[in-house]
Amino acid sequence: MRFHLEPRPEPSRLAGWLSPLVATIAVLGIGFVLFSAMGKNPWHALYVFFIEPVDTLYDVGELLLKASPIMLCAVGLAIGYRANVWNIGAEGQLIMGAIFGGGVALAFHDSASPLVLPLMLVAGLLGGMAWAAIPAFLRTRFNANEILVSLMLVYVASFILSLLVHDAWRDPEGFNFPQSKMFTDVALLPNMVAETRLNVGFLLALAAVALGWVFMRKSLVGYQMRVAGLAPAAANYAGISARRTVWLGMLIGGGCAGLAGVGEVAGPIGQLLPVVSPGYGFAAIIVAFVGRLHPVGIFFASLLMSLLYLGGEAAQMQLALPSSVTGLFQGTLLFFLLAADVFINFRLRVTYPAVIAAKAV
Amino acid sequence: MDHVAQLLILTLAAGTPLVFAALGELVTEKSGVLNLGVEGMMLVGAVVAFIVAATTKSPWLGVLAGMIAGAALSLVFAFVALTLQANQVASGLALSLFGIGLSAFIGLEYVSVVIEPIKPLVVPGLTDLPVIGAMLFGHSPLVYLSLVLFGLIQWFLFHSRAGLILRAVGESPQSAHAIGYPVLRIRYLAVMFGGACAGVGGAYLSLVYNPSWTEGMTAGRGWIALALVVFATWKPWRVLAGAYLFGGVTLAQFQAQGMGVDIPSQYLSMLPYIATILVLAFISRDATTIKLNAPASLGKSFHPYR
Repeated sequence: MRFHLEPRPEPSRLAGWLSPLVATIAVLGIGFVLFSAMGKNPWHALYVFFIEPVDTLYDVGELLLKASPIMLCAVGLAIGYRANVWNIGAEGQLIMGAIFGGGVALAFHDSASPLVLPLMLVAGLLGGMAWAAIPAFLRTRFNANEILVSLMLVYVASFILSLLVHDAWRDPEGFNFPQSKMFTDVALLPNMVAETRLNVGFLLALAAVALGWVFMRKSLVGYQMRVAGLAPAAANYAGISARRTVWLGMLIGGGCAGLAGVGEVAGPIGQLLPVVSPGYGFAAIIVAFVGRLHPVGIFFASLLMSLLYLGGEAAQMQLALPSSVTGLFQGTLLFFLLAADVFINFRLRVTYPAVIAAKAV
Repeated sequence: MDHVAQLLILTLAAGTPLVFAALGELVTEKSGVLNLGVEGMMLVGAVVAFIVAATTKSPWLGVLAGMIAGAALSLVFAFVALTLQANQVASGLALSLFGIGLSAFIGLEYVSVVIEPIKPLVVPGLTDLPVIGAMLFGHSPLVYLSLVLFGLIQWFLFHSRAGLILRAVGESPQSAHAIGYPVLRIRYLAVMFGGACAGVGGAYLSLVYNPSWTEGMTAGRGWIALALVVFATWKPWRVLAGAYLFGGVTLAQFQAQGMGVDIPSQYLSMLPYIATILVLAFISRDATTIKLNAPASLGKSFHPYR
């Protein structure tokens, strides 16, 4: 018996939507094996990891709270990925958004104006876009690989943030801890559901999902970007500017990530710290793929990713499992997804050697 | 003169992990496969090497284990990207993210463990020679190994038949397949070689350069190695030059602090990353040079029946 991969005449849409499910189930399977190997009751561990983090209203609030920045980043990245613009530095753009937005909050620390928060959001958006503009510029002007440039800028951004909270923006009454002053109430996103920590940042993420869908599916520019991604030569022939595609893909991704950054410092964190994200910008890359680069898919995939973060924390507290198991699951999820994706373009054919086939007849 | 010798030794020491990782990736890319998972493979190589060295008390077994771990991890990428023909960019990213998670997970209990590092070479009579003694004979054995590796790769790629076939696969897999060469098998081997080299690069970090294990201790060196291959326009000797250049940049940090320059450390820590960006932009600015030098099928999947 031999296995062959045979190209399908048409890509299978069904396989495309099934493979995130297959990947999720495969990750659960890996979890089962891993937890057993570590001497835990696997059913109980899976329960603690995937069910318990969402069994109260407060917990659901936490799930949506954590999903918001991931969703924002992933929607923006997906638009770029559709156009073959590989921005993998959303983490850095998120940090820059936090710096710009947080900077506004600190500059207007004495103000009680309701305009502070909108100003912060705009600043964060611009900060993320500015950080993404660097790889866009270097790519369009100097042909420099945007994957590497955007990734390098993640490190640079985190050093800038560290510099600021250690020095210029350090809270003078903070006992020398590297942290800024706590933001005032006008600089914080209002709470949305009582008895949870969920704030209106979630609505922002939902709006991004909706806008992302409209942009990709209903606008001419979105259509042009998809063409540029699917068939660069055809796009070029049709006069779609490759330069504009790169710029748009980068700026949209950067802007969304910047907003996610403000959402974090004006939300659950409430001040600037040396670290403002546990890798949401990288998790968003996985979410973008698992969500099939489609805003609706991304909505669900970011809930799953958020659950992986919460599950990791729960497993650490209740089962004494290392929380880094989250990172392991994240990587595994993407691998299984990419592997399952083979069935979009291929089908498995099993052939039997002639002898056995003859006997069977 | 002693200062110069010291600087040379430190530069080579800082550049060596990049030499290993970038040379390995160069061979992988020459076969037409873009593996963005170098950072992940280096980290897993580093942690596995450290764990094995700590348990067996033999750092050399650690190096071997790091090499095997890097190659084994690269197989996961090879299966997804070559056999299942997934997008190479996405698969490589997956490998990096997976490696970061995996290394943090398995290295957790080894964070504050102390090991016996691999000592610098001492050749009786030669290392003590004035001026050139330490410069020529005072490095870690792995530094010499990286230079040997460079020579071997240079010979293999441009002076051996197997290397010619590897390059042919990278330029035109269809033609190579038509002549009868096993494209997938050659690419598998090239990916595994890249993984093994990245693993040794990681092992060098955790056993020689900074004998310890901390989460994410490669600090982006895997990505810098990828940039180095572009910077080198896929030529081994330029990889070597580039790696030492970056090694030198990393040193600026220690040099400035040593000379009592009062500048926040973050500025100096940013330098290697900013240097990478600038150099990448400078080298890539001429699209034709890149196009002429890059393997023609780089990053593209190959299926014999298409």
